[in-house]
Formats: sequence, C-alpha cells, structure tokens
Amino acid sequence: GPGGGAPLENANPLVYRRSGERPVTAREEDDELPDSIDDREIFDLIRSINDPEHPLTLEELNVVEQVRVKVNDAESTVAVEFTPTIPHCSMATLIGLSIKVKLIRSLPERFKLDVHITPGTHASEHAVNKQLADKERVAAALENSHLLEVVNQCLSARS
Amino acid sequence: CLENTDPRMRGRGIQLLSQVLLQCYSLLQEKEVLHLVLFYENRLQDHHLVIPSVLQGLRALSMCEVLSPGLAVSVLKAIFQEVHVQSLLQLDRHTVYSIITNFMGTREEELKGLGADFTFGFIQVMDGEKDPRNLLVAFQIVRDLIAKNYALGPFVEELFEVTSCYFPIDFTPPPNDPHGIQREDLILSLRAVLASTPQFAEFLLPLLIEKMDSDLQSAKLDSLQTLTACCAIYGQKELQEFLPSLWSSLRREVFQTASEKVEAECLAALHALSACLSCSVLSSDTEDLLDSFLSSILQDCRHHLCEPDMKLVWPSAKLLQAAAGASLRAYHCVTSSVLPLLLEQYTKHPQSSQRRTILEMLLGFLELQQKWGHVEEDESTLLSLRAPVCSVVFSALTDPSVQLQLVGIRALTVLGSLQGFLSPSDLELVVDHLIRLALHEEDSQSSEAAMEAAGSLAPLYPKVFSGHMVPRLEEELQSERQEESPCDHRSLRQRCLQALAAVSTHTSIVRETVPVLLQHLRKVQKGSEAGNTQDMVSVCQSLHRVALQCQQDAESCWYYHQTVVPCLLAMAVQAAMQESTHLLLAKALLEEEVLAAMVPVISAATTHLSPELATQSVSHVVPLFLDGEVSFLPQNSFPCSFQPFEDGECLEAQRRLVALLMAFVCSLPRNVAIPQQERLLHELLALSCSCNCPFTATTAAKCFAGLVNKHLAGQQLDEILQLAVNRMELGLAEGPCRMQALTLLLWVTKALVLRYHPLSSCLTDKLLGLLGDTELGPAAADGFSLLMAESPDVLHKGCHADVRIMFRQRFFTDNVPKLVQGFHGAGPDVKANYLKGLSHVLNHLPKPVLVTELPTLLSLLLEALSCSDRVVQLSTLSCLQPLLLEAPQIMSLHVDTLVTKFLSLTSSPTMAVRIAALRCAHALTSLPTTVLLPYKARVIRALAKPLDDKKRLVRKEAVAARGEW
Repeated sequence: GPGGGAPLENANPLVYRRSGERPVTAREEDDELPDSIDDREIFDLIRSINDPEHPLTLEELNVVEQVRVKVNDAESTVAVEFTPTIPHCSMATLIGLSIKVKLIRSLPERFKLDVHITPGTHASEHAVNKQLADKERVAAALENSHLLEVVNQCLSARS
Repeated sequence: CLENTDPRMRGRGIQLLSQVLLQCYSLLQEKEVLHLVLFYENRLQDHHLVIPSVLQGLRALSMCEVLSPGLAVSVLKAIFQEVHVQSLLQLDRHTVYSIITNFMGTREEELKGLGADFTFGFIQVMDGEKDPRNLLVAFQIVRDLIAKNYALGPFVEELFEVTSCYFPIDFTPPPNDPHGIQREDLILSLRAVLASTPQFAEFLLPLLIEKMDSDLQSAKLDSLQTLTACCAIYGQKELQEFLPSLWSSLRREVFQTASEKVEAECLAALHALSACLSCSVLSSDTEDLLDSFLSSILQDCRHHLCEPDMKLVWPSAKLLQAAAGASLRAYHCVTSSVLPLLLEQYTKHPQSSQRRTILEMLLGFLELQQKWGHVEEDESTLLSLRAPVCSVVFSALTDPSVQLQLVGIRALTVLGSLQGFLSPSDLELVVDHLIRLALHEEDSQSSEAAMEAAGSLAPLYPKVFSGHMVPRLEEELQSERQEESPCDHRSLRQRCLQALAAVSTHTSIVRETVPVLLQHLRKVQKGSEAGNTQDMVSVCQSLHRVALQCQQDAESCWYYHQTVVPCLLAMAVQAAMQESTHLLLAKALLEEEVLAAMVPVISAATTHLSPELATQSVSHVVPLFLDGEVSFLPQNSFPCSFQPFEDGECLEAQRRLVALLMAFVCSLPRNVAIPQQERLLHELLALSCSCNCPFTATTAAKCFAGLVNKHLAGQQLDEILQLAVNRMELGLAEGPCRMQALTLLLWVTKALVLRYHPLSSCLTDKLLGLLGDTELGPAAADGFSLLMAESPDVLHKGCHADVRIMFRQRFFTDNVPKLVQGFHGAGPDVKANYLKGLSHVLNHLPKPVLVTELPTLLSLLLEALSCSDRVVQLSTLSCLQPLLLEAPQIMSLHVDTLVTKFLSLTSSPTMAVRIAALRCAHALTSLPTTVLLPYKARVIRALAKPLDDKKRLVRKEAVAARGEW
C-alpha cells in the first residue's frame, strides 16, 4: 500500500472483472463511415485509471461503470458518475480529479465535462462535487506539482 | 639489489625476480622451489612497499607442481600471520585470493590438515573486502570450502557473517565498466554461498525473513529466490523453528503486493517450502510438520475462498495451489479440505460471475492433479468427489454465461485427461455437451472452445468420439431442414465442418471424417444453391486443418494423401471437362477462390510424405497433367481428354487446374525426382508467358519458380533459366503480355534470390530498371513486397524450398544503394516507384539491421514522408515508428522535420495513415525530454484535432499519443 506500512482503508475490497478490449467492427474499419463518440468510448478512457490505493483499476473496484457514463456527441456533453468504495473514502477528490484530467486530455475541447459522485455514496459528496466543478480550483490543483505527479501515476499505463 | 637499504630498490629487485618466476615457474626444480619459498616467506616481513612483489612471487610458486609437501601450508600460514590483506590494493588482494585458490586446487589434503585454522585464516583475509572482482573470487573460495568439506570448526557463524554482510547485493556497475561484472553475477555467486549448506540455516533464515519486508523490491526478490534455493538442500530440521514467520511473511507479501514478480517468487518459495517438508527424511521420533504447516495455510486462506468477489480470493487460491502442487501428499492434504468447500461454495453462489471464479479455482486444483497422472483409487479426494465435480462442471456448460461455459470446457478437458476419472456414461454426456456447444451455442468463443476440447480429448477416447460424435455431425451436416432460414442452416453446416476437422486428431477418427468431408464437397458441387463457393471453401478449410493434424503421423498422412489428393483432382478434372465440352455455366469448383482453397489442402497433404511415397504419388500426378493419364483417379471415365497444356480456347478451364499441380509438385521434398521435369518446366514457362487469364498465368509462373528454386544446379538449370530470361525479355519489350512477363520475372527472381543463385542479381537489376517504366513501374515497385515477404503457398521453408536465412539482409545490401541512386536519377513521375520499392524492402527487414543502416537512409525516409502515395506514407511511417523507439539518439537530430511531417499526416484522408502518423507522434515521446520540450505545447495543441476525428480507431491513437505528451 502507499507509504510502506500504513494500513489500507479497505484492505480486501470487492473486485469486479475487467471488460475486455472493445472488439473492432467492420464498420469501424471502413474509412468512410463516421463513428460517433459513445458511452463505451468514454468508459474505455477512464476504466483503466489506477486507484490511488490499490493495485487495481477503477473498473475493477466498480468505482466507474459504463451505465454511469452519459455522453451526447451532438451537444458535446459528457457526464460521469463515480462511486467511492466506502462512504468515507479520503481519496474521493483525487479519484474525481484523475477522471477529470483524463477526460480533459482525451476529449475534443468542444465537450463540457461533468464529473461527480454517484448520489448518496459518499459522506462529503457535496463538497467533493463542488471542488470538481470549480474550474479554477481544478486548474490550481494541477499547478501543484506533487498532486500532478500523483494524478499522472493514476493515469499511467499499468506495468 | 635485494639487500639494498632503500625499500624501493629492494622492491624492484623482488619485482624482477617475481616476473621471471611467473614466466618460468614450470621449469623449476623441487630444491629451487624450496629455496625460493623460504626466501619469499621471509620477505613477507619486509617493508610494506615490497609486499606486492613478494605476493606476485608467491603466486608464481603456488603454481609449481614440484612444491614439496608442507610448503603450501607454510606459505599460507605466513600470509595469514604477516600480511594484513585488506590494507593492500585491489590487485594485490586479488593475488592473495589467487594463491589460496591455486593451493586449494592442488593441495587440498595438505590444507585440510590445517583444520579450522585455514577457514579462520581465510575469514580474516576476506573480512571487509569491497571490490566486486575480488568478491567473485572470494565467494568461489567459500563455496569450495563448503562443497569440499573443509573443516569449519567453530567458525560457521563467522564464515556466514563475513559473506552474508553483502546480502542483499546492492551494486550497480559503473558506466563504461571494463570488467563487465553485473549485479546478477554477484547475486548468483553470493546465493550459491548462502544456500550451500544447512549449517547456515539458523543464521540465514532470520535474515531472509527480515529482508522480505524490505522496501526495495530487488531485496524482496533476492530473499525469496534465496529461500527457494535453500529449500533444495534444507530439511525439516532447519526450517522447523522458522516456519510460522516464513509463512506469515509470504502471506503478507502475496496479499499486499502489486507486483506480479514478487507474487510469483513468493509462490515459488512456498512451493519449495512445501516440497522440502514433503521430502524430508525424519527420524522415528520426530513429528511430521507438513500437515501442521499446511493446516496453518488452510486456516489463513480457506475462508477467503468463500468470498469470490473480494480481492483476496485469488491470492489465497494461488497460495493454496502453490503449497498443494509440491507433492502428492500436500495435494491430498489441501484438496481434501478445499475441494469440498469449493463445490459447496459453487452451489451457494448462484451468480455466474461468482461461479466462474469458484470454478476457475477448482480448475487450478484439477490441473495440479494432472501432474501426478492417473487417479489413485485409494487416497484420492477427487475420485470420491467424482459425482459432485462432474455435476458442477456440467452445470457450468449449460449456464447462459459464456465466460462460465469457457471455464467449464477447460475443466472438462482436464477431467477427461485424468485417466479413469470419467465413467463411460460420463463420457457420452461429455460428448453430448461438446456437440451441443460446438454446433448450437450462439457465442463463437464457446463453440470454438468446445471444438478444441473435442480435439484434445478425441485421441484419449477415439472410440467414443468416432462412434458417437462423428455420426452425429455427419447427420447434422446432411440434414435438410426446411423450417430454418437458409442463413442459419448455412452457419450450422459451417460449424459441423469445423467440428469434424477439430475432432480429427486420431488416425481412426481421420478415417471416419475425411470421407464425410469429401462426400459433402461432392454434394455441394452438384447442388445449384447460391453461395456454393463459400461452402466449398469451408470444406477445403476443414480438409486443410485435418491435413495439418495428420502430418506428424506417417500412417494418417499417407492415408490422407491417397484419399484426398486423387479425389480433389478427379472432381476438378471432371468439372473442367464439363465446361470445355458443354460450355456450361462456370462451375463453382473452378472459381479462383475455391481452387485457391484447395491449394493448401494438397500442399499440406504432400509436404510430410516420405520420399518413397511421394515418388509413388508424383509418378501419377505429373503424367496426368502432361499426358492426360487419368487412370489413377477414383472416377476415371471422362467425356474427353485432359490436356491443360495444349492450345485451344475451350481448354481455358483445364488450364486453371495448374494451381492444383503447383500445390502438389511445389510441396514435394527436395530429394524426390520429378519425372519429365524439363518438359514440365517448358510447358509452364510457355503457359505463364502467353496465357490471357491472369490467375492461370500467375499460377504457372509460381509453379515454374517453385520448381526452379529446388532444381539441382548445373547445365540443365542454366539452360532453362536462359530460356526463361529470353521469353521475359521478349514479353517485356512490347505487346499484350508485358504484365505476364513482369509476373514471371518477379517469381523467378524470388526463386533465385532465396537460393543465392548467381543469376538473381541480373534479374533484380532488370526489375530495378522497370521501376522507371511509366506503365509497369508501380507494379514492379509492389513486386518488391512479393520478393521480401513470405509467400503462403510456394517458395517457403514449409514446402522444402531452398531458402537461405540471410537472404533479406543480402538483398538489402546489394540493392538498396541502387534504389537510392535510381531515386535520385529518376524523373518526377516515377520517383514514387523507387520510394515504394524501398519501403517494401525496409518493411521486411529485421529491426536490428534496420537500426544500424538507418543513418544512410534517414534523409530518404524523411523525403518519403512528403510523397503523396499512401502506400509509401504508410510503410515509411511503419518503418520510422520502431526506429524512434530503438534509436532515439539518431532520430533526435531530425526532431523538427519529424514533428512537422507526423502532425501534418494526422489529417491525411486515409484512416490507416492517420493512425500510423499518430503512433509515430506517440513514439516521439521516447526521445529525450530535453529534445521534446520545445515542441510540447505545439504537439499537444495539434493533437487536439484528431481527438475529434470521425473514426474511433483514430481517436483511440490520438488519446494515447496526447496523453503521453
């Protein structure tokens, strides 16, 4: 776990199976036909983000689920709900931030992003959501080199 | 000089003497040696400046064979007593180790006479050694001390201390280290010492337990690997006291670690511990600790198996499997507790995903049982649980979840492989399940897995499969069901064909399935349904698979060849004749697609024939094509004669069958003589140059090339090649057959390039010349891909072609300069042909070669990026991508051009180019950060655009590339 010996908040969490790679369809290989951005595509962007505490992905911990991802390509909006593993999880803000940064980096600028906690699943839900929605605060957080390093670690591909 | 009062002078004198001795020690007499030894021993008391030279002299003397008994001991005593080794320089310390090593090699008995004093002396010598070069020698000495049973006396702990202080090895070789000592060398050398004797156990095990908890992963791994090594020589006695701590450390690591490596080493160590306890020879009054050790593991892990959704379920299962896999006894102990539990949990958890986890664990334990072969009647837990195990596995096979089905099928395969486990009635049920899954399960993964399972179980129970499965498949294949849509019916037939092929893994089954497949092919050919082509191709694919499965068994191979090859030839000849006599509608059997699908069948049926049988077969097939000799065909009354090499418009259909001739004759072993070979070559040559049908002309050219490649060198070959060159030149010059001539040129060039034939360079030059031809240039450029790539049907190793392993490199060295030169001299309309040719050559070159040749070609490749031809762009990008990863230094010099070109190609109209350009942009990130920094903002901005690409596959690459930047 982090910091060597410190006990984990949730040492034996429920683990869910990873969905496989999205199979490539013949349509996707056709040069002419456009593929719209759909829920699965957004989910694929965030499902392999690493949890800050466990050697597991957000998908394996069921923190993110495809059903909690809503995208409207025409109106350029994305909404993602995430569910912390326990109601007092101290990492909720960091997880939300990682999801947000991943989406900022990976989606066209036209998209308006909304990342928030699944209603009723965290003690400080309101406060965390407020922070994640606050553009200035997110920008400032990413100026913080220590925080950025932790976020990048969550976003890095697994070895 | 030796008595000079200045120690420096004395030192020089002794140095000279020592140098002389090092040259001539082998010539010395016993008396001289005695004298010199006494002198040198005495000199050890001299000034410290003199000592290095004295040691050199003693090293020379230590290599003398005539050294009198007693002198070795006396020299060592003197060194131990007079020299403080660790205050010497590295090289001089090394000399001391050499002296000791030399004496240990030749005077073992004498040194052993010293008893533990020798060990003690050596401990003092090496105590505090820091240099890795010396440590390697010192560790070797310790290993020898232990391995050769020198007396350690009361100094065991000291000897352990003086070596274990280096554990875990923490050494990084300096850059440009000329000695080439790697960290790994020291680790292995020290491990060999530490794990060399059980006497160290009481000191070593606490150390290992401590270091397993280290923050350094390398220390963890080293400790675990050392523990595993120790288990090979320890017994229960050594381990006893430490078992609880060892177990708790291993458990902690496996439960917590994120590293697969650490986990794997922990499991290996646990396996070793369990094996060690299983094998220890115990005295009659000692308690066997295996059971108590295993029960502590069971106690800590068992309950996690009941939580199939939780994180610790798999670590627990793996620990139990590691312990259980060490011995039959351990296996019984663990499984008697775990198997009933897992079976019970399976019933308790109704969800498919949970059941899958539980069944996967169960499968892990079943696979362990395989290690011990057949099930022993008396003690096996598994046997007593046969009914519930089978019912769990069968229930998985009928579950709607494909994932659970897949695990069920794997479990079934394992159960089937345990001899005597499944009863005859179980087996029939197994076959029923496999047929159902193979034919009717919607998901193709399950269906394929079921076919694979049938294929691996069939050789174990051939009677059950040939008697039960094959007839069912045949019945399904032949049934005409009106109620289904034609589409479903077709896919069911497809599945039947695949299943028939999959199950043909035993010679007795092959004899059942091959006639069914051939029968079906005849039936489809006679039918008039649309989609016949696809059906025939499917039958051929199944026949091909069976052929491959038959290759290793000589008897099946010959049966298959004798049955299938004449049958296919007869059907094709029949179809071709009908067409030439009645000018009927084109027969599906003669379509390119179907003929092309028959080629691998005949080829695979031929490559593994013994030379005698191949000779027998070739004596039928060649006369069929040359003389229309049809008598060997199973059905040989034909309406007219078969003469594929004759002129005549109505013979077009017959000529296409050259494809089947090619498949056969080009797959023969090289030592099989082909009757009338020269006549055959002439006919093929004529056909390839004159035939208007591209399929036939190309096939004839390939067949000609395939034969030429294997033809014995000599006058006959030279003559036929000369003839071919003449025909090609004539054809290339002008007229309607230029394309055919080019095709022939390409295939013959390939045949000769592969075998390093001297004529190949002349032909390659002709090809290079054609790149400048406005009409044939593009096709010639694409031809370079044909030359470099592995061809699927002829001219590859599998069909016994003469292929030199380095032909691609050789082709590259010989021709790339010419391509580059040609490019520079070419007109603007044909420049792209040279780039394309070059791209093809580079694409097929092994990467290491590419990296070394890069500097000379890079400017050309950069130019090629601006070429508007998509093929050139694509292959240049795919060439540059590995280079960016493997030669970042060279590529850094061109970063500016690379960034610009890659970014501009990300908006290419072709999806494949956009993807390749983004991959290159991604690969740019492997250049040094300082090189990239100036471009960072620009690249990130530019990569925002492909994030909104209309194609998902492009967006995926853009996300990866941008994320990395």
